Amino acid sequence: MNAIASTWVEIGNLSDIPRQGSRCVKLGDKTVAIFRTFDDQVFALEDKCPHKNGPLSQGIVHDGCVTCPLHNWVISLATGEAQGADEGATQAYSVKLDGETVLFDPGSGK
Amino acid sequence: MKDKQKLVVIGNGMAPGRMLEALIEKDSSAYEITIFNAEPRVNYNRLMLSPVLSGEKKYEDIITHDDDWYGENNIQLHKSARVSNIDRSAKVVTSFNGIECSYDKLVIATGSNPFIIPLPGHELEGVLTYRDLDDVEKMIDVSKAKGMAVVIGGGLLGLEAAAGLKMQGMDVTVLHLMPTLMERQLDPAAGFLLERAFEDLGIKVITKANTHEILGKDGKVDAVVLDDGTKLPCEMVVMAVGIRPSAELAKTCGIETNRGILVSDDMRTSDPDVFALGECVEHRDQCYGLVAPLYEMAEVIADNLLEGTSEYKGSVTATKLKVTGIDLYSAGDFAEGDDREEIVLRDASGGIYKRLVIKDNKIIGAVLYGDTADGPWFFDLLKKGTDISEMRETLIFGQSYQGGEPLDPLAAVAALPDDAEICGCNGICKSKITVKITELGLTTLDDVRAHTKASSSCGTCTGLVEQLMTLTLGDAYNPNAVTPMCGCTSLGHSDVRRLIKAKELKTIPEVMQELEWTTSTGCAKCRPALNYYLVCDWPDEYADDYQSRFINERVHANIQKDGTYSVVPRMWGGMTSSAELRAIADVVDKFDIPAVKVTGGQRIDMLGIQKEDLPAVWADLGKAGFVSGQAYAKGLRTVKTCVGTNWCRFGTQDSTGLGIKLEKFMWGSWTPAKLKLAVSGCPRNCAEATCKDIGVICVDSGYEIHFAGAAGLDIKGTEILGNVKTEDEVMEHVVALAQMYREQGWYLERIYKWAKRIGLDEIRSQIMDNTEKRKSYYERFVFSQKFAQVDPWDERVSGKDKHEFNPMATLNLEAAE
Ligand code: SRM
Ligand SMILES: Cc1cc2nc3c(=O)[nH]c(=O)nc-3n(C[C@H](O)[C@H](O)[C@H](O)COP(=O)(O)OP(=O)(O)OC[C@H]3O[C@@H](n4cnc5c(N)ncnc54)[C@H](O)[C@@H]3O)c2cc1C
Ligand code: SF4
Ligand code: FES
Repeated sequence: MNAIASTWVEIGNLSDIPRQGSRCVKLGDKTVAIFRTFDDQVFALEDKCPHKNGPLSQGIVHDGCVTCPLHNWVISLATGEAQGADEGATQAYSVKLDGETVLFDPGSGK
Repeated sequence: MKDKQKLVVIGNGMAPGRMLEALIEKDSSAYEITIFNAEPRVNYNRLMLSPVLSGEKKYEDIITHDDDWYGENNIQLHKSARVSNIDRSAKVVTSFNGIECSYDKLVIATGSNPFIIPLPGHELEGVLTYRDLDDVEKMIDVSKAKGMAVVIGGGLLGLEAAAGLKMQGMDVTVLHLMPTLMERQLDPAAGFLLERAFEDLGIKVITKANTHEILGKDGKVDAVVLDDGTKLPCEMVVMAVGIRPSAELAKTCGIETNRGILVSDDMRTSDPDVFALGECVEHRDQCYGLVAPLYEMAEVIADNLLEGTSEYKGSVTATKLKVTGIDLYSAGDFAEGDDREEIVLRDASGGIYKRLVIKDNKIIGAVLYGDTADGPWFFDLLKKGTDISEMRETLIFGQSYQGGEPLDPLAAVAALPDDAEICGCNGICKSKITVKITELGLTTLDDVRAHTKASSSCGTCTGLVEQLMTLTLGDAYNPNAVTPMCGCTSLGHSDVRRLIKAKELKTIPEVMQELEWTTSTGCAKCRPALNYYLVCDWPDEYADDYQSRFINERVHANIQKDGTYSVVPRMWGGMTSSAELRAIADVVDKFDIPAVKVTGGQRIDMLGIQKEDLPAVWADLGKAGFVSGQAYAKGLRTVKTCVGTNWCRFGTQDSTGLGIKLEKFMWGSWTPAKLKLAVSGCPRNCAEATCKDIGVICVDSGYEIHFAGAAGLDIKGTEILGNVKTEDEVMEHVVALAQMYREQGWYLERIYKWAKRIGLDEIRSQIMDNTEKRKSYYERFVFSQKFAQVDPWDERVSGKDKHEFNPMATLNLEAAE
């Protein structure tokens, strides 16, 4: 398990993801949402809101957070934690940029 | 009983306005007061003409004393009555239109006149000055054609005029004789930053520009020619090259004048019964062009009119430029010199420049650009002549850096001494404000303005005043009586909408920059609202920002609790056919759609579709002629109908046909919140038109138009808008009403809430009674539909936003693990 913990996989190009938007990566039966912020940082969270499993990839991206499309919980992109009064966290994954290439570490979500 | 003394005032500008207030406060019965004004209006805040010019304020917003005020205080105001003669031996003044009035005491407050360079062509139509409301109205009038304007003079007034005209949509060039802008208030470095800021606003600045002549065509301005031959075509020339004290009247009646009317420290002219006040005055060789010193004079005269012995000793002045987005402050003397040192701070990335001029360990001048928060503090040190040697090292960083830890802004205000000046224009110190707040129990900014005058003139100290209110009142002060749009701004929806129009803001980042959003990219509340406002206001120019829309509007389907989507195609007016039903049946089978339901909106919903399947579902529906029902949109939803004259034995008109017509005309339009219509064929009202956003009830004599109903979270019957006779009239009225709501509604505000806020009568009068308004709403709707009536499903079937519907990558878990 540890060996794969730092395997970076190329999942596409930065331009595949709209600014302030998100794209999904299918990971077996899981879906991971890859987010791109206004200033071109990338983040990855499991596509499941800690509230009632809303697809976070479909939310509005702002200020380092995403607002869930179902009931408006605000989730931190960096940590996956619900902000404000809400409690709960979504699994965060490692993702990084190498130039324009988006690299994702499927093993990081543990 | 002794007759009251008579006081006559010539000129009804800002200075005498203040003097009268002070006089009345001290003794409201001492004088019988008459005031003559050459302008045809009451007293208003001249400083605020620039926001009126730029469209950020209206004349009504800047009135200082309305007609009632003169009535309540028994002051006789003669408007449009320029005084043409003063007979000092008989003690009578006469206006050019024949009004005579005798006085015991006279105050001359004739202000100043804009200087006009006697260039060839200066008398052409379209050569304007910038002094009073008439000038502003003329400028706004010419600017409607959005042509080109040349402003001669790069001082305070010229620059404010240029910025205002730019905001009115003109192409503006500023000509300035000197090498840098505002050279009397700014050093060259700050002048340069200012020039750059103006160019960033899209205003052209030409310095060292010698104007040679103004060319005309048919008696109107056509171009300005410079000495070097440059020719600048234009429809308007604004001369803002300086002012001259208006002293002629005093001079012709034998009062001593020089540049201005000469006064001694008690503000009396050479005639002891005659005072002079304001910009027309020359005191100790100084003439002033800013209100702060004039207000000091006003207080002195008010006291001396009541047998006081006040003296005016002259003033040091500080200037701020009132151009939104440009922060600039200057005070005192900032020329270089051997006996002076300077402290300079620059932050290029932040566009900040600060310079203090020090002499004998005292600040004698300050120029601040980009960050002016400490202006009043420096000015206070300057006026008091405070020895700064102790804080020299950190002085330039401002007050919050003095004494160890940086203070938060509130603590900084708390730390100010009681006599620190808060409002420069009105010379109001801190304790005066805090004492009044407590004494009179003031809780709103308007109250504080009314009772202390603080921040009632140029308004730039509003923030400080609000901080003082917070300090004094604690939680009892709610600075945002206007509910802000969201946590990213203190502005409410109405202000944001107004400013988007007034400042022609056309992208979300531009709105956030110009309106000073406190977050870098907004939040999930403000972004969709801003996106809607921009779509609505600039239908042809604004590029819809899909990332600022809720998911439903982004993918044109309704998200369900399990992340699948539902799809509702339009069924115009609730009518369908076997072919349509068959196509739906086929789609349901082909994509294994788990649920099909007839909605409460007279059409069919297919629920539980996977996101990836959406484009293919739409492609099949599109082939059968369906377009999106926009069941997800803050936009036109359904138009419900009943069968009407087509079938029903009670039907009075073709309600089905009219409903379809309305839906076909209005589909695709975005609105502040969802918009649902219905047309019923008779008052039995089977289409439930009387609980819709807009409803039509057909009657024998025509159509009854209803609006502002609700049957969701709230339940409310509609209000009647009015009756019309023909279908065409229904279309025009309904569409105009929808457009009025589109332009004024706050995001997520249903029509019934908007109507409550605006007033039903206002809406009726604009839509039913004002044909011109109605037609122009109608036309604006039609224009915006040109860009809106594109079927979003069809676009996506053709490949738009492909990324929305496919995963970016599918990772083979086996391989990864
Ligand atoms: C499908 C439908 C129920 C049905 O099975 O019949 C429906 C379904 C939903 N309605 Fe509705 N409303 C439906 C007719 C209505 C009606 C009746 C009507 O239109 O005549 C009303 C009352 C009238 C009104 O609009 O106020 C109605 C009042 C609401 C409200 C309360 C709105 C309000 O301002 O008071 C909401 C909540 C909201 O919009 O915030 C809502 C919200 C919803 C949402 C969009 C909830 C959501 O955000 O997910 C539901 C979406 C389900 C889906 O995915 O399709 N729905 N909803 C109806 C679709 C009509 C259509 O063909 O477009
Ligand atoms: C666009 C603009 C922006 C400004 N911005 C600022 C600012 O930000 N800060 C600042 O401190 N100052 C500013 N000023 C300057 C400030 O407005 C003036 O200093 C102030 O208004 C002068 O007051 P006053 O009463 O002396 O004269 P005014 O306000 O000019 O009033 C004089 C009045 O007398 C009338 N009058 C003249 N002759 C006669 C007569 N014979 N009979 C009857 N009536 C007569 C005139 O029509 C006029 O209404 C600005 C000025 C303008 C034009
Ligand atoms: S009433 Fe409307 S919002 Fe409520 S559950 Fe039914 S469809 Fe959903
Ligand atoms: S599922 Fe995300 S807020 Fe409810």
